[in-house]
Amino acid sequence: MLDIQGLHATVGGTEILKGVDLRVAAGETHAIMGPNGSGKSTLAYVLAGRPGYEVTQGTVTFDGKDMLAMPVEERARAGLFLSFQSPIEIPGVRLDHFLRAGYNETRKAAGEAEFDVLKFDRLIKEKVGVVNMDYAFTKRFVNQGFSGGERKRNEVLQMAVLEPKLAILDEVDSGLDVDALREVAEGINSLRSPDRALILVTHYQRVLSYVVPDRVHVLAGGRFVAEGGKELALEIESRGYDGLVGGTGASG
Amino acid sequence: MTTPEKTTPQAIASEEYKYGWTTEVESETAPPGLSEEVIRWIAAKKNEPDWLLEWRLKAFHHFERLLREERTPEWAMIHYPPIDYQDIIYWSAPKAKVELGSLDEVDQEILDTFTKLGIPIEEQKRLSGVAVDAVFDSVSIATTAKDTLAKHGVIFSSFSEAVQEHPELVKKYLGSVVPYSDNFYAALNAAVFSDGSFVYIPKGVRCPLELSTYFRINAAGTGQFERTLLIAEEGAYVSYLEGCSAPMRDENQLHAAVVELVAMDNAEIKYATVQNWYPGDEEGKGGIYNFVTKRGACRGVASKISWTQVETGSAITWKYPSVILQGDDSIGEFYSVALTKAHQQADTGTKMIHLGKNTSSTIMSKGIAAGHGSNAYRGLVQIMPNAANAKNYTQCDSLLIGDRSAAHTVPYIEVRNNSSSVEHEASTSKVSDDQVFYCQQRGLSGEDARSLIINGFCKEVFRRLPMEFAVEANRLLEVNLEGAIG
Repeated sequence: MLDIQGLHATVGGTEILKGVDLRVAAGETHAIMGPNGSGKSTLAYVLAGRPGYEVTQGTVTFDGKDMLAMPVEERARAGLFLSFQSPIEIPGVRLDHFLRAGYNETRKAAGEAEFDVLKFDRLIKEKVGVVNMDYAFTKRFVNQGFSGGERKRNEVLQMAVLEPKLAILDEVDSGLDVDALREVAEGINSLRSPDRALILVTHYQRVLSYVVPDRVHVLAGGRFVAEGGKELALEIESRGYDGLVGGTGASG
Repeated sequence: MTTPEKTTPQAIASEEYKYGWTTEVESETAPPGLSEEVIRWIAAKKNEPDWLLEWRLKAFHHFERLLREERTPEWAMIHYPPIDYQDIIYWSAPKAKVELGSLDEVDQEILDTFTKLGIPIEEQKRLSGVAVDAVFDSVSIATTAKDTLAKHGVIFSSFSEAVQEHPELVKKYLGSVVPYSDNFYAALNAAVFSDGSFVYIPKGVRCPLELSTYFRINAAGTGQFERTLLIAEEGAYVSYLEGCSAPMRDENQLHAAVVELVAMDNAEIKYATVQNWYPGDEEGKGGIYNFVTKRGACRGVASKISWTQVETGSAITWKYPSVILQGDDSIGEFYSVALTKAHQQADTGTKMIHLGKNTSSTIMSKGIAAGHGSNAYRGLVQIMPNAANAKNYTQCDSLLIGDRSAAHTVPYIEVRNNSSSVEHEASTSKVSDDQVFYCQQRGLSGEDARSLIINGFCKEVFRRLPMEFAVEANRLLEVNLEGAIG
């Protein structure tokens, strides 16, 4: 589904990604771990196409298409979803209106009929249950006045509605207490399917005991330095990144 | 052999301003320029009573003095070359084949004009629930649904007709809220005013329809100087909306209107404007100079006047819809969205004058400046010594698009007693790249993302508009911002 080869990227003229290779197949869940500044979030943003994140080398193929040639919204409509580490506020824009607009664009791109207000309302009523979110939230302005936990639930709700092929979840557990984390993780797990791939970008192992990954990759200094099964996350938990990656982070 | 079609600047501009066409119609006009003779000509044309002519002449002499003493208002943040008041035609009307009065006698061209503008006035095409007065240059063409309204005792007619049919009401209220000496443009309007709407809601009547006036400037070289008077007697309620547009022309055209509202005990007036005069082209050439005086008097106890305006057109907008809160417990509101793009300039806001006890006012202003646009909020909150326990809440938000636009906030607050409270909040923001990226990541195009964010910014004002017009306002903002952002 996703094939990244030799990816280099710069932000503000500084090279952050220095040759990243990654393959993710449908149905798989991958975790990308790494110390602060390793380039984890940069990788997520580069895949989503955030302006200011410039790819200097390498290729990214998504569902057989050259993803780097696609503008942000086309990647989204093709089934790429990014759960933001810090979800953005949009004052005056109701969450359900916002989400229906994006949903209908995705349907249009797929040649499907748009959902009218009533039909979409039924859909969203069903989806709020996935993350145990109060339906009333969907009538509020996007992320405005939401607590950290509510914002994260909202990201997962959006994922549930948009039903992406590939979801990249950037630090989805940050700002969540244990109970909220469990609920959000349950929501994510319920969205796992043989057709869908997940990439969890995280500093800590904690979320991975709820959403158990098939593969764990360790990013340091803009390159993958270790790869393994779910037990690798536990090893990082006990030994720390320094113990695992040693001095390699400083090279290049 | 055909020559390839050339894209003229007009053609490009017309994609953005879709109301820029003209109607070919034979017109009768006043002699150009401003003089006592012209004013007499207008009054005679309209068969006006002597008292009205005298009032016009007093206004004219006052205006002449202001002009001679160079007392044009200079304080607003707008820049334009001096206006030659002798180079304007003050009255222009389509030549009537027969006396106007019935729609059957109205020129088809003009009926088509309003249909094309989305304001059908022919019986079978009318919008339901809305009565419309259609003003074309200096005359009212038709007023719809008069019979339905008459059953409730509501008078909704052109101003000219009201002068003939209800002179006692016009005489009683004309100039009672905005006297001819109020300001430079109010004096000019009082001297030469042509048509506008007249509304009278009797005691205890809730007007069964939305009332609406559509103003269309068509003729070249003319100005439009309409005057609207709206009276709500004790316990009456009315919701009124005006819209306007004009053809695209390279020269600037002057629009100087006056609106007066009077609300008696427990009466409520909601007055909304969707202003879409031709704004000029990308380089700032042409466009309407919009100098308007709008004021409401809450004369009765617990009366309420609410102004809502969406200002997207005009090269220059200079207007301050105000409320004089005279009756105890009266309420004044002002909700505004003003958009300036290309080289448009707006200096707009409100005045809330608190005279009565327990009076309250709310001001919500949303200014959006794009391109080289300049957008100023200017507001006065004045709480007089007798206005015990008066309250005001003001919120002024500015949204800047691009790096050549400008926003200013000029609030004046004057409190002359110590039992009142005034709150003022202001903010200036930009459409952030993060917001746009977030929307795009959910599937919206960049353009749709920006218009969604801007509409969100205007939300609190748009929700005050009658439903059909809120949709129109949303759409107008999208059209107006096409190409202005990117």
